Amino acid sequence: MRARVHVTLKSGVLDPQGKAIQHALEALGFGGVDAVRQGKVIEIDLAETDAGKARVVVEDMCRQLLANTVIENYAVEIAD
Amino acid sequence: MKAAVVVFPASNCDRDVAVALEQSTGQAPAMVWHRDSEVPDVDLIVLPGGFSYGDYLRCGAMACHSPIMRDVVDRARRGVRVLGICNGFQILAEAGLLPGVLMRNAGIRFICRDVHLRVETADSDFTGRYAAGQVVRIPVAHHDGNYFADADTQARLEDNGQVAFRYSDETGDVTDDANPNGSVGGIAGVFNEGRTVLGMMPHPERLADPALGGTDGRPMFDGLAAALD
Repeated sequence: MRARVHVTLKSGVLDPQGKAIQHALEALGFGGVDAVRQGKVIEIDLAETDAGKARVVVEDMCRQLLANTVIENYAVEIAD
Repeated sequence: MKAAVVVFPASNCDRDVAVALEQSTGQAPAMVWHRDSEVPDVDLIVLPGGFSYGDYLRCGAMACHSPIMRDVVDRARRGVRVLGICNGFQILAEAGLLPGVLMRNAGIRFICRDVHLRVETADSDFTGRYAAGQVVRIPVAHHDGNYFADADTQARLEDNGQVAFRYSDETGDVTDDANPNGSVGGIAGVFNEGRTVLGMMPHPERLADPALGGTDGRPMFDGLAAALD
């Protein structure tokens, strides 16, 4: 079973890398880019076969390591 | 005063801080490998600067789960003084010993230069040899030194006098121009509530000897040595 974790900055937290990407896109001629926020995607292959149990474990991983909840939100997606 | 320096893979200021500690205490600190499970019986634990674990995931995120950190957290909770410099500050924040977090510099670039700091309080073992309001010159060398804490946490830090240093100009004015990395409130260093743990992005150990071009960092180590003797 594969879990995909999306880690994103909380709204209101400055994202200088996202800003730099936005400026680079504008420099390339892409118009109408209002904002860019950069995050991370982490894919985890699990031995667990029960989606509910897998979600519980991965959410614990997020709290303990994968995200810093002072500045980041996380979302867990469980794929079959 | 007995001190220990924790060495992580890719620590790179461990020997610098050992030299500064020995200069002030007269004895070499214990160097403790991150895989060890116990810190020797010491008065001060230093987490040095560097790029532990290649800054993977987030700066300090891996190091804060190193085997030694369980004991560091334990000792800190029992009042042993802990100083985190640069990467050490990032590790202490990730470990929850200090509030807030260090993010990518607002200007994206790695910054390596001397900055001015205003000492916010002399009422701690770390800053007792400075005067409140004193301006010192200390180098920074970081890519992720942009201190962030939410508004409630910031207010608490201010109310409790937990801000140790702020980036300032050479006259002590805390301005946007003097802030190298976008840190909220110009914060360069913070204490825990009991002021027994200090994290700071600037490197006092790098200006603690006249041969290095300055000695503004030395009072921190002299002060600790005197306070914890």
